[in-house]
Amino acid sequence: MIPGAFAYHRPSSVKEAVGLLSQFGDDARAIAGGHSLIPMMKLRLAAPGHLVDIGGVAELKGIREDGRDIVIGATTTQHELIGSDLLAKKIPILRETSLLIADPQVRYVGTLGGNVANGDPGNDMPAVMMCLNATYHATGKSGERRIAAREFYQGAYFTALEPGEIVTAIRIPVPAAGHGHAYEKLKRKIGDYATAAAAVVLTTSGGKVASCSIGLTNVAETPLWAEEAARILTGSTLDAASVKKAVAAAEAITSPASDARGPATYRTKMAGVMLARALASAKARAGA
Amino acid sequence: MAKSQVSMTVNGKNVEELVEPRTLLIHFLREQLRLTGPHIGCDTSHCGACTVDLDGKSVKSCTMFAVQANGADIRTIEGMANADGTLHALQEGFREMHGLQCGFCTPGMIVRAYRLLQENSNPTEEEIRFGISGNLCRCTGYQNIVKAIQHAAAKLSGVPFREAAE
Repeated sequence: MIPGAFAYHRPSSVKEAVGLLSQFGDDARAIAGGHSLIPMMKLRLAAPGHLVDIGGVAELKGIREDGRDIVIGATTTQHELIGSDLLAKKIPILRETSLLIADPQVRYVGTLGGNVANGDPGNDMPAVMMCLNATYHATGKSGERRIAAREFYQGAYFTALEPGEIVTAIRIPVPAAGHGHAYEKLKRKIGDYATAAAAVVLTTSGGKVASCSIGLTNVAETPLWAEEAARILTGSTLDAASVKKAVAAAEAITSPASDARGPATYRTKMAGVMLARALASAKARAGA
Repeated sequence: MAKSQVSMTVNGKNVEELVEPRTLLIHFLREQLRLTGPHIGCDTSHCGACTVDLDGKSVKSCTMFAVQANGADIRTIEGMANADGTLHALQEGFREMHGLQCGFCTPGMIVRAYRLLQENSNPTEEEIRFGISGNLCRCTGYQNIVKAIQHAAAKLSGVPFREAAE
């Protein structure tokens, strides 16, 4: 399969990249790892006249601490997330999730920014970012703004990103030391998108849940932040009755499509199963 | 569309070529450089037959434009043998352990296994299976591929590998 013809641009700064994107408007697309865009171009489902390759922009790379946050450059790859000692120590759910994305070759080039910004409901990081209450830094012609992950996703492939804007970094508040975490993903095979998946970050105090946040992947047009389910669990001991109630609340906000991964009712139930497993795993890890 | 000048190192040799921006790296390697070791299997980023080593990463060359590889250091299966012409330990392992049947996946498998062993010289069976999970083989059932990689890991570490092919 051969993509349509395009002009190739390789800017060396965000300013230059954003300038090119605004100059060419709808006819331009930004490319980093390219593992969402290139397959679309090969199928001619996308045919941009201009590709703006942000892979050479040094300021978009790297993982750094900034006060109580960790800021990850948009073109940081999943392979780099997996290899980061800082993240393994401070936000281990990112490594756990990254290892469940695609396969080794894809993880060497697939970027965090692309995963969160593309708006594909099958991507794993968006629900994790909602769970972690991350903020995306977006830069366009008129400057930089920050958008909460929980307000970013509007529909399948529709996000709060304006035309000509790119996500430059992902800012994550470091969860409390001793927090429990888990990302549970049901998939048919390596490389598959989730039939359903659940992200959990929680803290415990005296055997009870002190705080809890839950994200769900690929069971609606957008990733979901299951606020009500988390509220039900806060203050509980994660006893069977509370978990059952929270699972029901989480299932209630799903609206998956029926597709090759199963009928909608099955995928909703699997979201509940993944949540129950993630809660058990997060609880076991909390306080460690 | 105007062609772009690219320069890269491929199997130790400097290459300077003109390419259309839309030329995929796999097409560039196979048709322009005549390196037909990397194969086009699925053409959809799944099967790994097109895997090449690029700047210390295993990448699927069907899902990258040649212009994106400008300045890169690339190794394909053609660049795996030792300088004296003898087989690389991985190539030897695939031969000794019957790690291939039809052979279509083998160039991608070996190049991927090369990077895996660079990162982890003594992988467990589970780590090998996870490490080659981006490469599909429809013949072997993977048993002998895993053994081939174990054979190579042992040889490169200077210890004998005692298991036989199945």
